[in-house]
Amino acid sequence: MATLEIRDLHVTVEADNATKEILKGVDLTVKQGETHAIMGPNGSGKSTLAYSLAGHPKYTITGGTVTLDGEDVLEMSVDERARAGLFLAMQYPVEVPGVSVSNFLRTSATAIRGEAPKLRTWVKEVKETMERLHMDPSFAERNVNEGFSGGEKKRHEILQLELLKPKIAILDETDSGLDVDALRIVSEGVNRVRESGEVGTMLITHYTRILRYIKPDHVHVFAGGRIVESGGPELADKLENEGYEAYVKGGASA
Amino acid sequence: MAEAQNSPTLGSARAGGPPPVGSTTTGSIAVAAESTVATRMSAPPSFDVTDFPVPHGREEEWRFTPLERLRGLHDGTAVANGDGVKVTVEAPEGVTVETVGRDDARLGKAGAPVDRVAAQAYSAFEKASVVTVPKETVLTEPIRIAVQGQGGTAYGHQVIELGAFAEAVVVIDHTGDAVLAANVDYLLGDGAKLTVVSVQDWDDKAVHAAQHNALVGRDASFKSVVVTFGGDVVRLHPRVTYAGTGAEAELFGLYFTDKGQHQEHRLFVDHNTPHCKSNVVYKGALQGDDAHAVWIGDVLIEAKAEGTDTYEMNRNLVLTDGARVDSVPNLEIETGEIVGAGHASATGRFDDEQLFYLMARGIPEHEARRLVVRGFFAELVQQIGVADIEERLIAKIEEELEASVA
Repeated sequence: MATLEIRDLHVTVEADNATKEILKGVDLTVKQGETHAIMGPNGSGKSTLAYSLAGHPKYTITGGTVTLDGEDVLEMSVDERARAGLFLAMQYPVEVPGVSVSNFLRTSATAIRGEAPKLRTWVKEVKETMERLHMDPSFAERNVNEGFSGGEKKRHEILQLELLKPKIAILDETDSGLDVDALRIVSEGVNRVRESGEVGTMLITHYTRILRYIKPDHVHVFAGGRIVESGGPELADKLENEGYEAYVKGGASA
Repeated sequence: MAEAQNSPTLGSARAGGPPPVGSTTTGSIAVAAESTVATRMSAPPSFDVTDFPVPHGREEEWRFTPLERLRGLHDGTAVANGDGVKVTVEAPEGVTVETVGRDDARLGKAGAPVDRVAAQAYSAFEKASVVTVPKETVLTEPIRIAVQGQGGTAYGHQVIELGAFAEAVVVIDHTGDAVLAANVDYLLGDGAKLTVVSVQDWDDKAVHAAQHNALVGRDASFKSVVVTFGGDVVRLHPRVTYAGTGAEAELFGLYFTDKGQHQEHRLFVDHNTPHCKSNVVYKGALQGDDAHAVWIGDVLIEAKAEGTDTYEMNRNLVLTDGARVDSVPNLEIETGEIVGAGHASATGRFDDEQLFYLMARGIPEHEARRLVVRGFFAELVQQIGVADIEERLIAKIEEELEASVA
């Protein structure tokens, strides 16, 4: 069973000619089939955790370990991490002019699966997945994320999640900026992947709203660059009622 | 993407955010103002080289060009030495290929040289080549003109003439090493259709300057595809004027500017006739230190050219640090009675965020770069319409990218 283990992870970022520590010792284990909600106030370092795991060059790992089934993730390049089974659904997906969605998806699937998917089954697979996400077929001919609305970008991220079938999916504020209908459609996509039982999900969010659609097994409160409390789904209810105030006040400055 | 997009209906030029470091993208529209296109040249067009002063580099038309690398083409010191280029014309049946003297009446009909180097070429060539497609002759195979550099210096002149309703595709293929100044005239009779692909696939040291003059007849269609890969300095002036109404011109260009290369394309479309169309799309990729691409897109809509429809666009993709793009679209409008006029210029980087996004989906770095560059050029490659040239072009792009990854 695939397991992502994060141990005492410390991460810094360069900003305004100064080095700032954002992650201050994160410990978390995510196993295949589990869903972990990581919840926290703005600026707590949630997104830094997501991007550090994916290997964004902006972040420097200064301490700790990350392993996927015992393999050192931090030693891998960005593309190697993806091929090892990590997937990051980004909060702000990047526009790639000149590259069509269909070309991008096929190139990506070829890289992840290690061989080009058979054309006939692939076309059908993409078409059906897009239909389930209420995406118009013309979408495939548009350039990656170019001119997409906020909702289209998120659906495109979940389309990739469904097609690439990672071992560990990190969803970075996939719910932000979505109206209720779009949130439902996107959540259904995530749930289809979860129901396979083959993916461990890290659901990073600011709001409890998405948890009505995607039920987590574990909820973690993230504040001041580390996990400050962990519990079951009931912890989300507590956050819903009380907010993050207790955690921010407790000296865990953003 | 830094973007400047203008359309006369907006009333004024509008520019996007600041352009990225190492590139400039400026645009201007002059509406019924003084003729900026004409006055920006330091001397009026002429066939005589002595009518042009030797440029010193600060003139508007020379300010982007490294004069010291022109090997004397601009100051009269470059002397033809007999082993400049070898020109071979391969033409299907029905086409006339002639070598003519300087006094042939067909030479220079499409337009006079606009700068000193073009005038030098016109003043210095000894024999010109004239390729004629008789009226109503529709060719099914391209005419191929191979210009093979032999390491020396040469001046030349080429005329391609299509009679009324003739149709032809011409490929002019420049390879090898040479210092060459040579102009090309395209004369299109009424209703004629001409596609010209000019490939600059020179060796690293070559210097090539040329003015391409198209005179497009009534209801005729002219399509020019300029492909520039090689050379130390390449400086081309594709120019279009119209001889009758209802004519259209499409000017497409691709360039891949590498480390140390200077590639300059200076376009001019003179809408001097009513109800004509023009569409200009040039795209370039740059990589390596001191790679320098210059694109000047001048469009003039004269007062009498009512019903004009024109659009020009330049896109640049900067793949590495150290490259520089100067992109200057100019649209000058002397009549408001037009169908449409606009221009756009954008210079963007293949940036770390795009790379990260593609790699985060498992795509290795070199593959990601290839995906983006291929996508960038795809729409233009499809415009060429000559299969072996399209294939060679794609192979060439791959080759350039391999070099950038290594």
